[in-house]
Amino acid sequence: MSKKNDQPISRKKFMQELRRYERGSVTRRHFLGVTGLGVATAVMGAAVPGLLPRKSWAATDIGDRVILATWPNYHDPANFEKFTEMTGAHVQVNVFGSNEEMLAKLQAGGSGWDVFVPTNYTITTYVGEDLIEPLELSKINNFEASAFDPRFSDAGTVNGTVYAVPKNWGTTGYVVNTKHTGGKQLTTWKEFWDITKTDFTGRTMVHDYQLTTIGNALKYFGYSFNSVDPNELADAEKLLIEVKPHLYAINSDYQPPLRNGDAWMSMCWTGDGKQLNTDMPEMQYVLGKEGGEIWSDYYAVPKSAPHRDAGYALIDFLLDPAVNAKEVLAHGYPVADSRTNELLPKELLEDPILYPAQELLDALEFGAAATLTDPNRAELLARFKSA
Amino acid sequence: MYGSWANRLLLVPATVWLLVMLVLPLLVVIIFSFGERGTAGGYVPAFTLEQYANLSARFTAFKNTLLLAPTGTFLCLLVAYPLAYFLAVKVHPKWKTLLLVMIIVPFWTSILIRTYAWIFILGGQGLPKVLGFLGIEGVRLINTPTAVLIGIVYAYLPLMVFPVYVSLEKLDKRLLEAASDLGSSPIEAFRNVTLPLSIPGVATGCMLVFILLMGEFLIPALLGGGKVFFIGNALVDLFLQSRNWAYGSAVAATLVIIMLVTVSIYMKLVVRNQQ
Repeated sequence: MSKKNDQPISRKKFMQELRRYERGSVTRRHFLGVTGLGVATAVMGAAVPGLLPRKSWAATDIGDRVILATWPNYHDPANFEKFTEMTGAHVQVNVFGSNEEMLAKLQAGGSGWDVFVPTNYTITTYVGEDLIEPLELSKINNFEASAFDPRFSDAGTVNGTVYAVPKNWGTTGYVVNTKHTGGKQLTTWKEFWDITKTDFTGRTMVHDYQLTTIGNALKYFGYSFNSVDPNELADAEKLLIEVKPHLYAINSDYQPPLRNGDAWMSMCWTGDGKQLNTDMPEMQYVLGKEGGEIWSDYYAVPKSAPHRDAGYALIDFLLDPAVNAKEVLAHGYPVADSRTNELLPKELLEDPILYPAQELLDALEFGAAATLTDPNRAELLARFKSA
Repeated sequence: MYGSWANRLLLVPATVWLLVMLVLPLLVVIIFSFGERGTAGGYVPAFTLEQYANLSARFTAFKNTLLLAPTGTFLCLLVAYPLAYFLAVKVHPKWKTLLLVMIIVPFWTSILIRTYAWIFILGGQGLPKVLGFLGIEGVRLINTPTAVLIGIVYAYLPLMVFPVYVSLEKLDKRLLEAASDLGSSPIEAFRNVTLPLSIPGVATGCMLVFILLMGEFLIPALLGGGKVFFIGNALVDLFLQSRNWAYGSAVAATLVIIMLVTVSIYMKLVVRNQQ
């Protein structure tokens, strides 16, 4: 045998495989969440610097890596490769399932993140807990405040200081496989919960996240998505406990069972709805007429960021309208940036999953900081899960 | 002599390790359990028994664990004993090493990945589909307590097989011959000789599996679809979701106490039976 054939997997190939492992599917998100394997990957990468690619033509020296904590299916992997090519910094991705999980990690300290993606209602908490830094906007030239729709960029500013810049916005509805409804179109949260107890028994998924699961149970009764009223929460709890035996799973990792046919319906975020609908047209994304959640995600920098410069470079890179447009095409979540929207195809800007009808949008509420940190809602979810 | 400094030196690494990695963290847990949750989560120093007073809020999770851990242990034993007996007594010695290695081989892969594989085996496109071809329709396995038990037996089997195997392996075959000579049928010989002599192995195996099962969270999380809730899952949620460190510490301390009590009673029973 020639020497060449004796070579094990090449460094480049290994890096490709490692990156695929780090980014790929939803399934892995659950994996990482449950196990902290994401952290293990980060530790491994840090312990074996030889695995990291050498810098190619770095413009400025921002180090050889940047660590991003984000949501599943929320980026275009090709953009990360481009970033590495341009700066020499390799992007390590930690994927999370809920804002509570992210907050818990940062509160515990030593997260090691340089950039993360908090949702609108968490930012005041992060500021109050002194966990994120005021952004040095001179390092984010691509953030042009006037280009962003204030509805989806306001939450990044706390007491006049910009702590976070907008990434995407979206809605929380549900996705239903219409093959199993006999052609019937579902339109309300009431139908979501009622059909779960009857025709869809054993086929429905709800998020493992108090904010959305309790919020959408509250909508059954027409209460506010953000309610922390004990009587209203008691009604929601009664509904959840009654529905629990009929659920397929309580899990925010809903794409795999929906795709393989084990589950027929699930609470769902815009981009997952778009991704599922693109691959399986029978998957319909529904916003309950009663309302529900509208949200916006942001980029922020934790106080402890170990590769701070690289973190800023990554945010700036991802906010470049050309790069951001590629992100949208990959994940299917709308942006609030008019410059990016100019680069997107017309069909996408008219897509009813990304841009629902005005009367549906009007009924939606932004989540509130108090909703996330309410101890009673956390306990309610624990009772629901252990019932 | 025991007292010589060289001998004491032997204990230093383990003592330091246990002090730093076990005793100190346990103290932190105990201190936290008397504290309070901050408004946004975390821990606020205090001295209150409120967290312990509220323990009943995790009653179901404790109950699920205290039901499923013994059930899982017992099922493990049911599957492991015949296998260990076969390996120790029936197998030709030249195959023994190979077969033992085959039991260990799965340990070379992470338990996480192996449990993940079970999601597909027990999911709608796996075993239920095969059963469908055989005419048994509508079987649901994934995300049920049954799925969790299957995962548990699979994962913990080797921990039960080895202690039982070792105790059966040491068994003096002449005792069985004597029993036979004295008129025992093979079944009587098994009941009166083999079984009693294998009890220490069974006891060790059961304890290993039971203690680990009391803290299990991965298998119920992956194969129970979030619907099968062990105390381990409650703890993960308290620390990694709702950030209630004080209450989480009280639940953890209670779990440790329950384990101490259960295991002490168990040890007493085992020791008494052997005398």
